[in-house]
Amino acid sequence: MSDASFISQRNEAGNAGLDAAYGQGLTGAGEARPADYLALLKPRVMSLVVFTGLVGMVLAPGHLHPTLALTALLCIAIGAGASGAINMWYDADIDALMSRTQGRPIPQGKITKDEALGFGCVLSVGSVLVMGLGVNWVAAAILALTIGFYVFIYTMWLKRRTPQNIVIGGAAGAFPPMIGWAAVTGDLSLLPVLLFAIIFMWTPPHFWALALYRSDDYARAGVPMLPVVAGDRETRRQILIYSLLLVPVTLSPWALGLVGPLYGGATAALGAIFLALAVRIWRSTGDRAAKHMFGFSILYLFLLFALLLAEHGLGWRA
Amino acid sequence: MSEHDENKRRRARNIALAAVLFGLVALFYAITIARMGGGGS
Repeated sequence: MSDASFISQRNEAGNAGLDAAYGQGLTGAGEARPADYLALLKPRVMSLVVFTGLVGMVLAPGHLHPTLALTALLCIAIGAGASGAINMWYDADIDALMSRTQGRPIPQGKITKDEALGFGCVLSVGSVLVMGLGVNWVAAAILALTIGFYVFIYTMWLKRRTPQNIVIGGAAGAFPPMIGWAAVTGDLSLLPVLLFAIIFMWTPPHFWALALYRSDDYARAGVPMLPVVAGDRETRRQILIYSLLLVPVTLSPWALGLVGPLYGGATAALGAIFLALAVRIWRSTGDRAAKHMFGFSILYLFLLFALLLAEHGLGWRA
Repeated sequence: MSEHDENKRRRARNIALAAVLFGLVALFYAITIARMGGGGS
């Protein structure tokens, strides 16, 4: 089947799913509950974004008034949520086809596509303006870049076209520590760039582990995730390669003397576990190892950033 | 959807919108005070 007919069939199936939801008369325009709007903001993704942004802010040298720090975090959260809402507007057709995303407000017929787009655009512009006027314009510019990257580069351009979608698109999720840092200092330096690199390199093994056991979902929706396009074996190999690249990147802030030995030692141990899981995925064939890797990868990233936070709080530096 | 249910949803949305608007007023006030005190970077 050609790519064009594959995509056409997928779109017809997705639109039929949406028509069915709206046809059931679940709701029409302006009939959503506040909780439905909140669901558009992808609150679970938002929590990790806010946490990494907070770490960037805490590690930055200098002082920011607590009110402005809270404002910056709020803007990061709302900006990330807004890009999630626009993503749900654009991807409503494929969300209706995947079991992981069928429960989202648009496929459920709780919010119309137009409402989601309007909501996302207002919050995007609002979060960037408040960040610029209230905190500083460097942080606002990086926030705008993050939203634009997620919406235009990842969602609209890469997601449906290439298995490298989450490799390049992962940059969108990696910007928050830079935004947090810039909110305090008004500029950037090496450490926030390394924090960006850590999240950027972490994203492919994290999402490919998920894609391994959700590949039927992605295939049904016509999303060219690596397991769908290149197969299970190649995906397992790529997870191992990216994991091998990730571990040295996570150790680089310590190797360069930017953070202390607590981070260095604990990150080496966590990296060993991450690599062991990646090897297990590479050597196995079932879903079990991939599910373990996906679950651990979230904890792993959280712990790396929590270590930075703890070390800073204890005043332990290299 | 029944009229009662529709009214309940509308009321919930109105309350949420009012909370957001009051929240924004409080936020802008707090930002102004912080910046006037030289708290910006």
